[in-house]
Amino acid sequence: MTYLSNMTRPEGEPKVLHSGPSSLTSSDSLGRGLGWFSLGLGLAELLAADQIAHALGMRGKESLIRAYGAREIASGVLTLSVDRQAGLASRIGGDLLDIATLLPAVSDDNPKRGNAGFALAMVMGVTMLDIIATGANTVQHSRRGEPRSYSDRSGFPQGVGAARGRARDDLPDYHTPSTSGFSA
Amino acid sequence: MRALVWHGKEDIRCDSVSDPEIEHPRDAIIKVTSCAICGSDLHLFHNFIPAMEPGDIMGHEMMGEVVETGSGINGRLKKGDRIVVPFTITCGECEQCKRGNFSVCETTNRNKEMADKVFGHTTAGLFGYTHLTGGFPGGQAEYLRVPFADSTHIKVPESLSDEQALFLGDILPTGWQAAFQCDIERTDTVVIWGCGPVGQMAIRSAVLLGARQVVAIDRIPERLSMAEAGGAITINFMDESVIERLNELTDGKGPEKCIDAVGLESHVSMSQPDTLLDRAKQMVMMESDRPHVLREMIYVCRPGGIISIPGVYSGLVDKIPMGMAMNKGLTFRMGQTHVKRWTDDLIRRIEEGQIDPSFVITHTRNLSEGPEMYKVFRDKQDSCIKVVLKP
Ligand SMILES: [Zn+2]
Ligand SMILES: [Zn+2]
Repeated sequence: MTYLSNMTRPEGEPKVLHSGPSSLTSSDSLGRGLGWFSLGLGLAELLAADQIAHALGMRGKESLIRAYGAREIASGVLTLSVDRQAGLASRIGGDLLDIATLLPAVSDDNPKRGNAGFALAMVMGVTMLDIIATGANTVQHSRRGEPRSYSDRSGFPQGVGAARGRARDDLPDYHTPSTSGFSA
Repeated sequence: MRALVWHGKEDIRCDSVSDPEIEHPRDAIIKVTSCAICGSDLHLFHNFIPAMEPGDIMGHEMMGEVVETGSGINGRLKKGDRIVVPFTITCGECEQCKRGNFSVCETTNRNKEMADKVFGHTTAGLFGYTHLTGGFPGGQAEYLRVPFADSTHIKVPESLSDEQALFLGDILPTGWQAAFQCDIERTDTVVIWGCGPVGQMAIRSAVLLGARQVVAIDRIPERLSMAEAGGAITINFMDESVIERLNELTDGKGPEKCIDAVGLESHVSMSQPDTLLDRAKQMVMMESDRPHVLREMIYVCRPGGIISIPGVYSGLVDKIPMGMAMNKGLTFRMGQTHVKRWTDDLIRRIEEGQIDPSFVITHTRNLSEGPEMYKVFRDKQDSCIKVVLKP
């Protein structure tokens, strides 16, 4: 990417020679990865609900799977936005729903219980990742410690009292210059 | 040299890059001595501004020492001069520059054709910003090429320290212009939404310009404490109703002058449902900006009042109550700052001790810590309000 954009820059303009560490940390990347995973899974659930229901031995649950797909997509969009923490939290809620829905399918009377068991294991693994990513993001992005007080920072060396209206001494009756009437 | 380089959403790195060179006769190269991270850099960090490219150098608040000049500078700048670089690049010769409308200079945007298409007409070239405004490399770096340097500079008197002078390039004149264009009268209530660095400068400017009362709105305690120190009455919008409190402070009539120092990324909260809807629309690209503050200002402003917008908007906003604004006869004033229109006057005010803009600096770090400091500033960690970086 970098080298491609280097080619389009005017000659003499600074070009990247060697790249330093990124502000994007591994927990940011994990969060983003999970966001894209949500989008992909959500689309699959929406578009291929029949096949998924068949594979898991969950016939009759097609519309439920589609609804879960819509939920996955919403979580994915939120996780990929600046509000990553809210998105990850909504993903954990969704994981728990998935687990609750899959558990009955892992019973002895489901001939496809092997597939359902595999799906359950996958969901539980992803749930772990969601919990790790949420924890890491909370630690990274939350405000820590007591807020400092800046009550000694008036910005007015002679005090607020002296500053009030001070600029009116030399601007007694000022108005915004019109766009055509001002001359620099 | 080292520079902070944009590689994508939330991905800024301190890279080693080739040194800038003189490309045109009117160029100069400066050795940067101080630079700062600005709220509008965060809009780039979050990828809300279109037309950024991986490899772009960040930063539009910088100052330094001239180390090289092109052949067309004609003595207006020489080696060793100490200058602040305004974030708007100006030619000083076009019709707009002659009128003092520096931020809409007609000549300095080298991607004029693209800007003409997107904005209808081009605006000035800007440092460290989108390719829509020229894509000029920014000043969060050890060296910077200043195009049109014979016009694009502010000479700094020796009596001012870097910390006192640096903000002449953006946030001080931006806050000043926001207050100035409110045509403040001594009977006015001036309200400032947002107590970030520009909001803090707007508060001080409104106080200097003699407003009867200055009110500041935010939710971050340390920012409110700094606003109060500057002479403002403060409202924490998480704790109380902004509209009720403003009506209380103005005998039910509403404030005459309202300043939006927040811009397109207003805080999203469950208690303000319109902000959630805006956020959702932003995600599916039905809307680029979240204009909650604008809606609140139009609603609460006294009829006949002025709405001043220094906060950055990038594209489309939705559900702006234009009927309300029209019937109330409100005046809207906005724009990127015409930096050089104000700086001579502001230098004098700093020298006279009317104001010292260094009060806003909460963190000073080495340039190499830049990527980390973007996140500290974004997440408002460690009571961060303004970061200055030293190359
Ligand atoms: Zn700025
Ligand atoms: Zn011009």
